Amino acid sequence: MNAVTPVLQTGAPRMALVGNPNCGKTALFNALTGSRQKVANYAGVTVERKEGSFTTPEGRRVQVLDLPGTYSLRARSPDEEVTRDVVLGRFKGEAEPDLLVCVADATNLRLVLRLVLELKQVGRPLLLALNMFDIAKHRGIEIDVDRLAAELGVPVVPTVAVRKAGTVDLLKHIDAQVVDLALAAAQGVSQGANTWHEPSAEEVRATHREADRIIKLAVRPPTKPDTWTTRLDAVLLNPVAGLLILLTVLFFMFQAVFTWAQPAMDGIKAGFDALAAWVNGAMPDGILRSLITDGIIAGVGSIVVFLPQIVILFTFIILLEDFGYMPRAAFLMDKIMGGAGLHGRAFIPLLSSFACAIPGIMATRVIDNRRDRLATIMVAPLMTCSARIPVYTLIISAFVPDRPVAGVFALQGLVMFGLYAAGILSALLVAFVMRRLVWRGTVEPFLMELPAYKVPDAKNVVMSVWTRAKAFLQRAGTTILSIMILIWFLSSFPGAPEGATEPAIDYSIAGMIGHWLQPLVAPIGFNWQMTVALIPGMAAREVAVAALGTVYAVGGGEENVTALMDTLGHSWSLATALSFLAWYIFAPQCASTLAVVRRETNSLKWPVIMFVYMLTLAYLASLATYHVAASLGWA
Amino acid sequence: MHISPRPADLPAGPDHETVPADARPLSRAAKGEVGRVVRVGLNGALHDSLDPDELERRLLEIGFVEGARVEILHEGLFGRDPIAVKVDDMRVALRRREAEAILVTRWQPASLHAVAEDRRS
Ligand SMILES: Nc1nc2c(ncn2[C@@H]2O[C@H](COP(=O)(O)OP(=O)(O)OP(=O)(O)O)[C@@H](O)[C@H]2O)c(=O)[nH]1
Repeated sequence: MNAVTPVLQTGAPRMALVGNPNCGKTALFNALTGSRQKVANYAGVTVERKEGSFTTPEGRRVQVLDLPGTYSLRARSPDEEVTRDVVLGRFKGEAEPDLLVCVADATNLRLVLRLVLELKQVGRPLLLALNMFDIAKHRGIEIDVDRLAAELGVPVVPTVAVRKAGTVDLLKHIDAQVVDLALAAAQGVSQGANTWHEPSAEEVRATHREADRIIKLAVRPPTKPDTWTTRLDAVLLNPVAGLLILLTVLFFMFQAVFTWAQPAMDGIKAGFDALAAWVNGAMPDGILRSLITDGIIAGVGSIVVFLPQIVILFTFIILLEDFGYMPRAAFLMDKIMGGAGLHGRAFIPLLSSFACAIPGIMATRVIDNRRDRLATIMVAPLMTCSARIPVYTLIISAFVPDRPVAGVFALQGLVMFGLYAAGILSALLVAFVMRRLVWRGTVEPFLMELPAYKVPDAKNVVMSVWTRAKAFLQRAGTTILSIMILIWFLSSFPGAPEGATEPAIDYSIAGMIGHWLQPLVAPIGFNWQMTVALIPGMAAREVAVAALGTVYAVGGGEENVTALMDTLGHSWSLATALSFLAWYIFAPQCASTLAVVRRETNSLKWPVIMFVYMLTLAYLASLATYHVAASLGWA
Repeated sequence: MHISPRPADLPAGPDHETVPADARPLSRAAKGEVGRVVRVGLNGALHDSLDPDELERRLLEIGFVEGARVEILHEGLFGRDPIAVKVDDMRVALRRREAEAILVTRWQPASLHAVAEDRRS
């Protein structure tokens, strides 16, 4: 590629960060860009794209791209393909980087030096940032920076991503490099030729030997070994104690997402309710008011209400990641999750899905392998989320007698437990089927570095959580909001005619769809009122409770749940009620989840597959439940 | 962590080397064992998850290279799988299934001597 440096003439120079996993690349990216960063997806692939910009001391604006961590340009996963293609300037729609900055963990140089040797072949301007230099110094590792630079033939700068002054030298170098680039471009000097090709095993060995040779010349081994990591691992990776600690950590995290988020969620909900009430008072009755309060305010509210859970969950995840615990958790869980064909890391997203599938699906980012990640995303909504609880509670209290079983267990509690267990078992089963039958013969190897433990840096954690929260609001928000408005439209139009006797929803499009779908759901024991209630229930599962109240004209409000229970108890048979519960275990009854899947997988295919398979399972489960119950004489 | 030098004269690659008689796959090693990698790759044999050449390169890229010092640090609870291995100066987790492609011999005291030598210089 003998092209003249492309972007300099047109805009800010572009710099790409490359490095091994856990080298502190993200911390360095955060330190350079501050809040001027944006998370999105690469066009056409399920890989996260992080871009930002900063101004150098000499006032130059530079754009930075944080590329997925890798050990080699020889890509093994979609993430690494992105890194390879961007570095080589092959990625469609991405400008070639003008400067490559290879980030190294200074305490662990061997593998990254091999990567530097590969990157050199690309022929682009290259800089090596020796990150975590503070830790290296502390451990008594002596690195002869000049010698290293001379042997590698690449400028080398020590950095400390988590300290304010830690990037000063790097910025100076970038300034110098950018001047060089500008000069070269002005003089029309072409860059070095790209001689990179996929290395063979022998070539990998050869670069290893070269890296070893350079290490011997430029690096003095540490005087103080990292005993902390060894000591902590003795406990945290202990087969029994380690698993117990992991379960405790996960339990704590689950509790936090479930309970700590509640006050904030109630507050947000109350805020939106108050806002809607205020609009209701301030505006005359009509379509516009209904759109604003029932469509937009309720729609936005239903998204923002998840924010506390997402913030808490991601705070935990990012703390565990920065501490270095995540690969250990995967190590401990690998065998257990592997039985269902899932990756060890799938445990955390699935557990979070008990609170809500949305943060759970977002948390699947911790899984590197695309297929493992997709399998986890696809089964996450089967875990019983908190939005199902109001529905389960309503049906159980209306139909299951409150009596003890075997003296100690409450029958109602047992049914609730059974519903949770059914969710978990079906998730494992579906994952198993997907990994063993659909994606057969593609067992990904489990091969990952266990980094040294580190105390997480508070500023870095806050910044990462903020980036996530922002991405959630922006990305999921737009899709979810439009779906909410659509559902509002379906449930409100056309309005009830003059002198209508039935609730307004009966005359709406949703009502018509309900009547129209009735023959389809008759075999599973649903009546048309249930079908109508399920349509606004797409907005969020628990909305179905209020919607049932509306169709049965019991009136809304929490106080009326008892009245609704009575009505249901009289108008549904036990078989119908059980069938409805079975439906709720599987049905894709949550538009927000589908929207998030669409965002996270960056495709329409996966939400459609999810919708179809869950709907099929729901129908079959309800059908079986209804008929078994009916044959027992419960119809 | 220690950055241990590898003996420079060590044979490289599976083609031109003699595998010591006591060499065995890392997958059979137990917790606490220390060894030296003598061959990476399956030498033509098939593996049930990956193309053998792909597996070989992945193992090399994460640091399992001929001459590396390996020590089994931890084992999983079920079937003592996966294993956590110290490879030279870093730690790597892998399943025994993949560890099958790594042949190791007992760690030679001679090499330990070399480490000490290098530290002093
Ligand atoms: N002391 C110190 N800690 C650092 C430095 N750079 C990063 N860290 C810490 O190292 C840990 C890992 O950093 P990340 O930025 O998440 O690493 P990464 O390379 O982005 O990791 P992946 O995204 O998994 O590839 C975090 O706890 C950081 O706070 C540094 O220069 N000095």
